[in-house]
Amino acid sequence: MKVLMFGWEFPPKIYGGLAVASYCITNGLSKIPGVETTFCLPKPCGEEEKFLRIIGMNEVPVAWRDPDSNYLKGRLVNNTPEDYYRFRDHIYADFNYKGVNDLGCLEFAGGYPGNLYEEINNFSIIAGVVARTEECDIIHAHDWLTFPAGVHAKQVSGKPLVIHVHATDFDRSRGNVNPTVYGIEKDGMDHADCIMCVSELTRQTVINHYHQDPAKCIAMHNAVYPLSEEIQAIEPHKNPDEKVVTFLGRITMQKGPEYFVEAAALVLKRTRNIRFCMAGSGDMLNDMITLAAERGIADRFHFPGFMRGKQVYECYKNSDVFVMPSVSEPFGIAPLEAMQCGCPSIISKQSGCGEILSKCIKTDYWDINAMADAMYSLCTNDAYHKYLAEEGIKEVAEISWEKVGERIYRCYQEVINR
Amino acid sequence: MKTVCLYFEIHQNIHLKRYRFFDIGTDHYYYDDYENERSITETAEKSYVPALEALIEMARKNPGYFKCAISLSGTAIELLENYAPQVLELLGELNETGAVEFLAEPYSHGFSSLKNPEVFRDEVNRLCKKVKSLFGKSPKVFRNSCLIYDDEIGAQVADMGFKGMLAEGAKHVLGWKSPHFVYNCCRNPKLKLLLRDHSLSEDISFRFNDSNWSEYPLFAERYADWVAQLPEEDQIVNIFMELCALGIFQPLSSNILEFMKALPAQFKQRGITFSTPSEICSKVKSSGDLVVEYPTSWVDEERDLSPWLGNAMQREACEKLYSIADRVRAIRDRKLQQDFDYLQASNNLRFMSTKANSYGGYRGIYDSPYDAFTNYMNILGDFTARVNNLYPDMDNEEINSLVTTIKNQETELELKDKEIQKLKSMVARFEAAAPAAAEVEKKVVKKAPAAKKTPTKTVAKKTANSKKAVSPKSK
Repeated sequence: MKVLMFGWEFPPKIYGGLAVASYCITNGLSKIPGVETTFCLPKPCGEEEKFLRIIGMNEVPVAWRDPDSNYLKGRLVNNTPEDYYRFRDHIYADFNYKGVNDLGCLEFAGGYPGNLYEEINNFSIIAGVVARTEECDIIHAHDWLTFPAGVHAKQVSGKPLVIHVHATDFDRSRGNVNPTVYGIEKDGMDHADCIMCVSELTRQTVINHYHQDPAKCIAMHNAVYPLSEEIQAIEPHKNPDEKVVTFLGRITMQKGPEYFVEAAALVLKRTRNIRFCMAGSGDMLNDMITLAAERGIADRFHFPGFMRGKQVYECYKNSDVFVMPSVSEPFGIAPLEAMQCGCPSIISKQSGCGEILSKCIKTDYWDINAMADAMYSLCTNDAYHKYLAEEGIKEVAEISWEKVGERIYRCYQEVINR
Repeated sequence: MKTVCLYFEIHQNIHLKRYRFFDIGTDHYYYDDYENERSITETAEKSYVPALEALIEMARKNPGYFKCAISLSGTAIELLENYAPQVLELLGELNETGAVEFLAEPYSHGFSSLKNPEVFRDEVNRLCKKVKSLFGKSPKVFRNSCLIYDDEIGAQVADMGFKGMLAEGAKHVLGWKSPHFVYNCCRNPKLKLLLRDHSLSEDISFRFNDSNWSEYPLFAERYADWVAQLPEEDQIVNIFMELCALGIFQPLSSNILEFMKALPAQFKQRGITFSTPSEICSKVKSSGDLVVEYPTSWVDEERDLSPWLGNAMQREACEKLYSIADRVRAIRDRKLQQDFDYLQASNNLRFMSTKANSYGGYRGIYDSPYDAFTNYMNILGDFTARVNNLYPDMDNEEINSLVTTIKNQETELELKDKEIQKLKSMVARFEAAAPAAAEVEKKVVKKAPAAKKTPTKTVAKKTANSKKAVSPKSK
């Protein structure tokens, strides 16, 4: 089975959770014999893992040029000159007006630049060329950025389209959707043959806010990879007299950081031997620093800033409680990672990962009393903490990407045979 | 001739309210009055009242033939007194028919039998007194909370003077043996054990209204046949359940009461009688020791303690609660004792269960076992602080040593009391014998016991005084 996949991010260049999810899904699929995945990325850096074929969309020509093979070898980072010539044979319209470079390709800035809509459009133009060149049985597009490309590829090749909803604009904006983004999302969903949502919560959003047929929406929960030895070897540094409660994520409206600060203030009214740590950065960081100061808890409330790679795991290991008070979280992989490190999690009921976790505490994101209560009891009651820490590790160990890969594969088969 | 022993449990716990950790130290009232009133009224309306009316009808229609046993927990009695006195009236009415025997159980419906023998004894005594004041009879047979039994509990219960005890006929304990015989506690052969036939009991209490059950719908005829068809030697069939089974677990619309009402006639036709637990204990000989090393209960397939003490949270909560049991007992403060009773109820621990597929997944106000644990521990935190505040400037060791002193003195007093009793009866016997004896002899005999009596009394008084001297200090 040949899968043509469109994605916006892929490790090692990570902007958000999407890169990790794309990596894990393709890796899970690669374990299944007979599945060949071709992953189209706007601007690969050439250092991606090679368990699947990656096409750099910035190196696919959309206008006729005739560079020689040696010159191409020097210029292309990801694609081979042969690929280039094959793609060149399938240019379907004249895109010279688009401002192409000397190879007849469209450049991408990568990530999430200011002219994002233009890049999304360009991505979809190139997808037309790719879909004409590459044979496939099914098309899979990740998140709204690549939906137009997926739809285009479907229209060109006539193959079924699966779209993967990692988040919707309703989650990102607390309900005040950007009409352009909503339009792109809705169009993608309308054209899709199957919509994979990362949780039942997201599935309900897709059904109710995007008016999709429930029959074609399925919940496809994410998973986690087992910790590598290097991470397992990290020694936690814990002060026996103090407990650390951690928030880790983008400090934005979607993640509900202010509820964490308010709950912390309640906890600190009663006890002083707990420290709170809000790791990450985002547009609400300064507001949160101000809020912590206003509540008079700044001496116990810390902002270590953005963390990456190993730092994240060090942070989990040094924490006693992990809190994710997201207002609306399609899935949220962080609590699973924290639980892997033996750190009990408190998550909001509005988080998708709660659907597959039972050994964690769930509260409403707005219920700061319940959240404070849960933090306090985890910090003061060792037997309780130990129970959740141990059971949490066991529970998360059962959730694997291999299983998700198999589920996706079965889903593909169903869609193809439909 | 076969005989059936019917027994119903009446227990409702006092519901705890949502109690946040910032309430600790400021709010000492832990109960959800609204929920208590709502749940007991609902249970009374849907189950207790109609079920008891049915039992009364059965007793009146079959005078001298139909019999059953009932036990009430202390918390249930309190709730019924406050919110549903009509249930107690009905119980009184049933009592007047003479068809019912009331059994003893721990007042709080908790786990003191496993954790603290003194608290256990005290609780059982309080319940017996309560039952006596309500129904005029002192219970002779005991049943533990959730039908928990093991050898040690059996020995304690036998020491308290009960002649029989109800327990679960758990397969892992019985092995090849049948629950249809009377056994005795292996530590004390005086205590007879009646073992529940869980299959026949749960046919009524769990499966009666289950349309997926192969025997659905169950009629009284067939049920009586099952009992009649048991092997000839199987003499006793113990059918124990909660009274809520009639009306709540099995809704009234399932005609459960009509089924029950039809039972006596069907049993009569087949020559099966009804007996109360104490009748069985006095009439039937024990067929041997029963060894139960690990506690059994009447819940879930495992029939063990896992629904209440299955995970670390539950064990922690239970451990913390009973760690202050001796102090609560020593303080003798009514309000604290009451709170302690309510906190002990097994339901509080059941809410924290993480067992999958456990029967009765009802969690009350709690979303999850963690929520239940957090709430309970907050309340327990406040309660512990209140208890400890009554012992100012004393560390735990001092208190513990004082508590042991008091405990020792009490046992000593008890011994003395017994001795006094013995001597008194001796005196009485001598006096009775005296008129026949010679006058000279009489004088000598009379002097001797009197001389013996006085010193013991002074010792008793002394210990009583020394105890009094300790308690004010401790307060």
